[in-house]
Formats: sequence, structure tokens, C-alpha cells
Amino acid sequence: MGYDYKPFAYVAPPGLTAPEPRHRVAIVGAGPIGLAMAIDLAQQGIPSVVLDDNNVVSVGSRAICWSKRTLEIFDRLGVGERMLEKGVTWKVGRNFHGAEEVYSFDLLPEAGHKYPAFINLQQYYVEEYLVDRARAFPDLIDLRFKNKVTGHRDNGEFVVLTIETPDGDYSIEAEYYIACDGAGSPTRTRMGLDFTGQTFQEQFLIADIEMQDSPFGDSDVPERWFWFDPPFHPGKSALLHMQPDNIYRIDLQLDVDADGKAEAAEEKVIPRIKAIVGEKPFKLDWVSVYKFRCIKLDRFVHNRVIFVGDSAHVVSPFGARGGNGGIQDVDNLGWKLAAVLKGKAPEALIETYHEERSHGSAENILNSSRATNFMTPKTPVEALFRAETLRLAHKYSFARRLLNSGRLSQPCSLEGMALQTPGIAPLEPGFAMLDAPLRSAAGGETWLLSEVQGQFTLVGFGEVQMPVVDGLRRIGINQLETADFPHFTTVDGHGTRRYGSERAYLFRPDGHVCATFVAPTVHDVQAAMARALGAQLRQEIAA
Amino acid sequence: MNYSDDKLSPKQDDFYNALMDAHSGLPEAESHALNARLVLLMANQIGDLETLKQLLAAARDYVND
Repeated sequence: MGYDYKPFAYVAPPGLTAPEPRHRVAIVGAGPIGLAMAIDLAQQGIPSVVLDDNNVVSVGSRAICWSKRTLEIFDRLGVGERMLEKGVTWKVGRNFHGAEEVYSFDLLPEAGHKYPAFINLQQYYVEEYLVDRARAFPDLIDLRFKNKVTGHRDNGEFVVLTIETPDGDYSIEAEYYIACDGAGSPTRTRMGLDFTGQTFQEQFLIADIEMQDSPFGDSDVPERWFWFDPPFHPGKSALLHMQPDNIYRIDLQLDVDADGKAEAAEEKVIPRIKAIVGEKPFKLDWVSVYKFRCIKLDRFVHNRVIFVGDSAHVVSPFGARGGNGGIQDVDNLGWKLAAVLKGKAPEALIETYHEERSHGSAENILNSSRATNFMTPKTPVEALFRAETLRLAHKYSFARRLLNSGRLSQPCSLEGMALQTPGIAPLEPGFAMLDAPLRSAAGGETWLLSEVQGQFTLVGFGEVQMPVVDGLRRIGINQLETADFPHFTTVDGHGTRRYGSERAYLFRPDGHVCATFVAPTVHDVQAAMARALGAQLRQEIAA
Repeated sequence: MNYSDDKLSPKQDDFYNALMDAHSGLPEAESHALNARLVLLMANQIGDLETLKQLLAAARDYVND
């Protein structure tokens, strides 16, 4: 069954008849990034208005590959389990050269994590689940479909937006304007911001097909198959993925000078797919042809206008870094913006969103540019090295590791950046938390990430005294159960293996480690927490 | 000697990228000359004749004589 697109209702906004009180946050774009942003803020009590020019979820599957870190963030936003249940969990990736398999990899060899390395789930499901979740906050999230933002002006303390609806135009004011309006961001265009980078000439054909039989040979297990120079598509690359509802995603590299429109025509696509799946019956669900670019904005924060997701950075699709990068942006910005709006942190904290995520997106761009370069050699010498690497890969493991069909997204580390207090520990400050299974004192089973994410938390592993600090939650792992805070024991020692023992970790609300202690004092913990909230930035500005 | 030992990871992409950069913008003949110089420099760095002979045989193994 193909996806059933149900339009969201348009409701005439109040601003058409009378001026609206100034909004705290206006989110422009109700894709996965804008919706996740609204939910993150709502969970911290911050209201927002979400404006989208459309009234349906993503047409076509688009972003399908969601990484473990993204699922962990979705868990905090209350949609992770639903996505995991519907999504296809794949564990094995296979690389082929011609018809022969040269390399396969297992993505999550390690036990003791709530979420797998990746799931495949069509963007329309992700958006549907996020809209459902957003509707759980009727007082905090004001979703406005068919509300197209046509202009905005930053007045220093607030932004004025002009909005077009089927019933006419109106305007609103918002303290912050979050641009989640995608790779072609009209906000960015209006501001005349430079968005140039490496554009790749190669075009890719992307097709979703619906079929009952698995195209993965005799294996029924969902996998990711990548071909260099497949027999069915000589000289090019191809990728095959499974999605829920018996939908399969096929990516085929086209000639540099191929006519994109002609290639997307059904009579041209069908024979290409038959060459891969043979005579097994299938139905064509969605086709698109794309070229890609690797670009990011110089600055993600422009006073009261903040760019999040594809509006700030775009990467090639190989390696699952587009949608996943955007969700990590939301995770990074959400708690900072909430702290600033609640008066608990200086405005300068928002600038660290740029510092931390610009670093993450540069890493994504580097990785995806390299993968693209490997997949599409530009000169005879590049082609020669690629061909010989592939030949060696059949026999030598070092050459297998050189094969690059996309290095799949890993959570970005914020090591050495301003908000983190330097320290040495099994998991060093800056790293995203590693999950671990836990058992509560009453015997219930839970996960470390579910207990920790969402607010500043001090977690003590083993015998370490944790001081009382105002506004800071404490959790004890493998400690004596006499303390007056929640206590858990690790299951199968995963937690101790990942974090060590006799030490405490201070986690930011987004689950990144911001300090570690062997013998934490009130003063040290307070100082680390203040630093994570930008206290040092304020001092630097004052000085 | 076991050439299967992977000594490049986790920096393998940095290496491959640096190798491609070294060839960037060169005409094909210049690239082949660069490769020849690189082989000679690497041979000197490895230094051990027995190892070099085995590597030469391993590479030659792919040629259909």
C-alpha cells in the first residue's frame, strides 16, 4: 500500500482580523526540522508558532535513513519508539564490485543500546508522527498550514514576518525567527546570504518501488547494498535500501550530461529497475532526479534569525547526514534558546549553536564530499586509483576500508569547545552520551538516555559523592541506595564499561558530556554548569 | 608478512584524499611520473628488499601475463 496523503486543515489565523501579541518564537517550515524544533521548545515550556506554505507531509520518501543518535533525540522528543516500531532496522551493509561482493559491515556489533545503528523510515511517516506529537501541546504549538512567509524584517529585539494565506495577508512579530525552510530557503534568499560551495555535476536517479518479493536475493533480511560498477549499470554506482510497507529505494548514478527530465520518465525508469530486480513484479511509487551540492552558510545565527537544518547546510545524500544533521541542530539549539528565553543564560549562548553545529556540518560536508569524489572519479588517474582499490579490496582488508560509499553519520563531538570543561574520562567532555541498559531499585528496566536527556543531570557511577546543586538533577548508578535521588544499577556492566567507575559526569540537556569529576565539589559542579550555560561568554564580553 | 593488516584506518579517507590532492590538476603523464617518484620514495622508506620483492609480486599478481 502506498502512503495515504491526508491534507492538514487550514484555519484562518487570528492575525487576519486583529494584531496578534508578539510571539516568542516563529518557526518557518513544518518539515522534520521545524516540527522537531517546536516540540523541543514546547517540552521546555516555550510556545511557538509554526508556519508552512503547504498542507501535506513530504511528497515522496526523501530522507529515509535515520541514525542512532537521531533516534535517541527523537526518544527525548517522545517519538523515538513509534519510529523504531514502524521503521525497517537494517544491520548489514554490503559493497559490491561488479557482481561480486567485496566487503560487508555489521553496523551495531555492540549490545546494550535502546536504538539500533539505523532505521529506514520515509520522511512522510516521520513528519506525520511529529505532527501528531506536536498536537499533544495545543497550548504551546500553534501549527499554521497554508501560511506562507513572504517577507521578514529583523528589528533588533524582534522580527516582523509578513504571511500570505488563502484569506489574505497578515503580519506577526516574534522574538526569534527560526528558518527551517529547507535547502532552497526563501529566508536565506531574502537576506541575500551567500550559499556557494562544491556542486557535483553527476546526477542521480532516485526511485521508490513497491514490491512483495525481496530484491535482496534469497535473503529476507533488510540490508543496504551498494554497487561500484554493477553488471546492470556499467561504469556507474547504485544503491538499494528497504523501507517499510514493502517499498524499496533505488539510487542510480547517471551520466554527467544526462537529461534529468527524460531520465525520470516512466518508460526510461522501468527498464533500469527491471535490470536490477529482474522479472519480479513491482510498482513505481516515486521518481526524482537530483544533482547535489555540499555547502554551508558562513554564519547560522544572524541576530534574531537562526538557520537550522538544510537552510544552513546541505550535503550529498550518501552517508545519511542531511536529515540527521538537522535533527542534531535542533537538539543543540533547543535547550539554549529555551534557557535564553527564560532569562537563565545570556544571549551569547545562542552564538555557541553556530560554533558547535557549524563544526558538525563542516565534518559532514568533508565526509560526504570525499564519498562523492570516490564514487565519481573526475580524472583518468582518479579512475585508475579507484579501479585498482576495488581490485585489491577483494583480497586485502586495508583496501576494503578505503572503499567509500558513504561513511555513515556518527554523532559529532564538541570536544574542546567553549561550553565544555576540559577533563579526562572514558567518555570525554564534548561527546554525546552513550546509552546503557539500567535496572531501577524497584526492578524496572530502563535506559540511561531516557533517564538523563532533557535537563542538566549529574550522574555518579560507583562510589562518588555528589553535592546538592540548585537546579541540577542527580542520578546514582551502582551506588549505595541511601541517597535521596533516583538510583539504578547497570545491566550486564554496559554502563560501567562505557563510563568507568568512581566518577561523576555532568550532562547537558542535549545529552552531551560537559564535565567529569572524580570528587565533585559544589563549587566545581556549579562552575561547570554555569560555563555550559554561557557564563564565561558573558565575562568575555564584559572584559 | 601479511599485507592484509590494515595500517591506514581510521585515517584511510584522509590518506586517500591527500593522494588525490597530490594529483590534482596534473596532466596524465605528469601523474604517472608522480606515481613513479612516490613508489621509489616509499620503497626507500620501507627499505627492506625482501618486503619490497613480496610487495612487487603481490601487485604483479593482478596482471594477466
